[in-house]
Amino acid sequence: MQLKIEPRLETPRWLPIVSIILALILALMIGAIPLAYGGLDPIVAYTQMFRTGFFETYSFSDTIVKATPLILAGLGVTIAFRMRLWNIGAEGQLFLGAWAATGVALFWLPPTTPKVVMLAAMTLAGFAAGAVWGAIPGVLKAKLGVNEIISSLMLTYVAVEFNNYFVYGPWAAGGFGLTAPFPRTAWFPRLTDFGDIVPAFRGLTAHLGILYGIIAAVILFIIFKYSKWGYELKVIGDNPDAARYAGMNLARTIILTMIVSGGLAGLAGMSEVAGVVHRLQENFSPGYGFTAIIVAWLARLNPLAVIVVGYLFGGLLVGGDAIQPAGIPLLIQGIILFCVISADTFTRYRIRLVQPAATTALTEETVTSEG
Amino acid sequence: MELAFLINIIEAGLRTGTPLLFATLGELITERAGVLNLGVEGMMLVGALAGFAVAYGTGNPWIGVLVAMLAGGVISLLHAFVSITLRGDQVVSGLALTFVGTGLTSVLGAPYVQVRDVPRLPVLPVPFLYDIPLIGPSILWPLFGEKQNVIFFIGLLLVPAVWFWIERTRPGLQLRAIGEKPAAADAVGVNVGALRYFYVFVGGLFAGLAGASLSLAITPLWINEMTAGQGWIAVGLVIFAGWNPWRALMGAYIFGALRRLPLDLQAIAWLPFASNPILGVWLNMIPYLFTILALVFSSREAIRKRLGAPAALGIPYVRGERGA
Repeated sequence: MQLKIEPRLETPRWLPIVSIILALILALMIGAIPLAYGGLDPIVAYTQMFRTGFFETYSFSDTIVKATPLILAGLGVTIAFRMRLWNIGAEGQLFLGAWAATGVALFWLPPTTPKVVMLAAMTLAGFAAGAVWGAIPGVLKAKLGVNEIISSLMLTYVAVEFNNYFVYGPWAAGGFGLTAPFPRTAWFPRLTDFGDIVPAFRGLTAHLGILYGIIAAVILFIIFKYSKWGYELKVIGDNPDAARYAGMNLARTIILTMIVSGGLAGLAGMSEVAGVVHRLQENFSPGYGFTAIIVAWLARLNPLAVIVVGYLFGGLLVGGDAIQPAGIPLLIQGIILFCVISADTFTRYRIRLVQPAATTALTEETVTSEG
Repeated sequence: MELAFLINIIEAGLRTGTPLLFATLGELITERAGVLNLGVEGMMLVGALAGFAVAYGTGNPWIGVLVAMLAGGVISLLHAFVSITLRGDQVVSGLALTFVGTGLTSVLGAPYVQVRDVPRLPVLPVPFLYDIPLIGPSILWPLFGEKQNVIFFIGLLLVPAVWFWIERTRPGLQLRAIGEKPAAADAVGVNVGALRYFYVFVGGLFAGLAGASLSLAITPLWINEMTAGQGWIAVGLVIFAGWNPWRALMGAYIFGALRRLPLDLQAIAWLPFASNPILGVWLNMIPYLFTILALVFSSREAIRKRLGAPAALGIPYVRGERGA
């Protein structure tokens, strides 16, 4: 008997979803090994994790708080990955977005600015700063052919140092690596702010950022489905040569895509400082920009699915906060990613055990019409 | 005074560039075989921790190096399985490998964070360099003779060895063939899949060696994420090197010097960094910005000279499929 992998002619609609669910289950099973190593009973740890993440009083709101940056940055990654533009620097773009929003909130607008104006300015600044940081690898790729994987990641390290300079230097306040807190006008409205009207909202910290995420997802969904740009993204991603022959402007599309991709990641950072941290600080992000890559891939680059997967991962982050040592959640994320890519294989190929054929090698991989 | 400063920087560049050199050579070999492995950062971390832990446990740094290489090789097989056997996306699989390596070492490395007295790889003095007239005592001895670790010399030997293997041997011809035209290699009976597995594994061995040379020689400590992006810089250096081992040598040493430059510049009294340490964070950006600059430079050159990546880089080989 021998293992044969052959391309599928058609993929049943249910298969991608089933394969991803199986991949997640497999990943959690493999993840049990490091949990056990860390001295935890995997079943107890997972039960605890899922309960904290999804089934307690504050779970829904807490999970949304963590899901918000994942969804926004995940959408940014999605749009770039759609055209096989590997923007893996969402983390850096997120830092820049948070930095610009902080500049607006603390230094560039007076604290007496009306809330609506303040938040609108922070949103624009956050998007713009992330967009600039995303545009750099975009321009380098489009004009000079510079590999965007390396440049976007290198810029992430630069962004972290840039952020460090401000929180330790000119913007430092009192303690180490922190700015002063934002004025209340620069805070995103949270559910708990409406506690007087709806008592059930008291203590809930979900904030306006999630609406940004949902709106952005819907807009992207419409763009992908109905716009010329969305069509070009897909064609360029699948076959750049064909796109060029068809007269598409590759350079312009690459740059535009990186601008929007970086801008969305920038919004993730902006919404994090306006909605959660209310100041800029060192390491305010536990790697949201990197987890966003997994979220986007798991959502199969579908913007609406990013919301669902983002929520799921938000729950894992909330539940995983209690798990020590701290590397375990990252490890499990890596295992999940491996399992998901592996599962992709089963949606694109059929894997069969066959008797070694006596015929020549040439016919071995020929696709048969059966099944 | 100026000469001493310059020699100091070059000497440090050769020393701190050596782990980068190992990682770059490994990724270069893997890519020449047609597989893109973005997990270098993760494999280096695995090597760094495995080497550190074993050297500490056995008291022998060389056993540490061996185990580090094996650990890097074994973890690289994850990527080989997903990208070669399952034909999964190589970019995402490499990212996953970096996540796994980072997370795994942070979990397993916790007990070693406080360890300070690990047995180190030795410095290998070369006394005869001092006796060379004129340039011996002032240049050669401080550059290569006095403080260079044994890994520096291993790196120097590996470059011609790797070059010879790729360009001048029969297995090297097969290596190039499966990276450029796997279908043609397959047609003459080369087992493309098995060979690609092998060269991914070799890349892992080199990354493991890179990690161990960090944790057992350059900064003999275990710190979470101690590679600080060097694995990614190595991936960039392969492009900068145009997939050529000799240019990889040059690139790695330049970047070694750049990594050390922030420290050296902060020591110069008349620069503002010495009096204001916060300004020093700008210096920390230098290696990362230079990686981008180097890519800009090499991409332009590649377009002009039509140098390029191996033709089948990143494309899974499927017998009989178009584009293979």
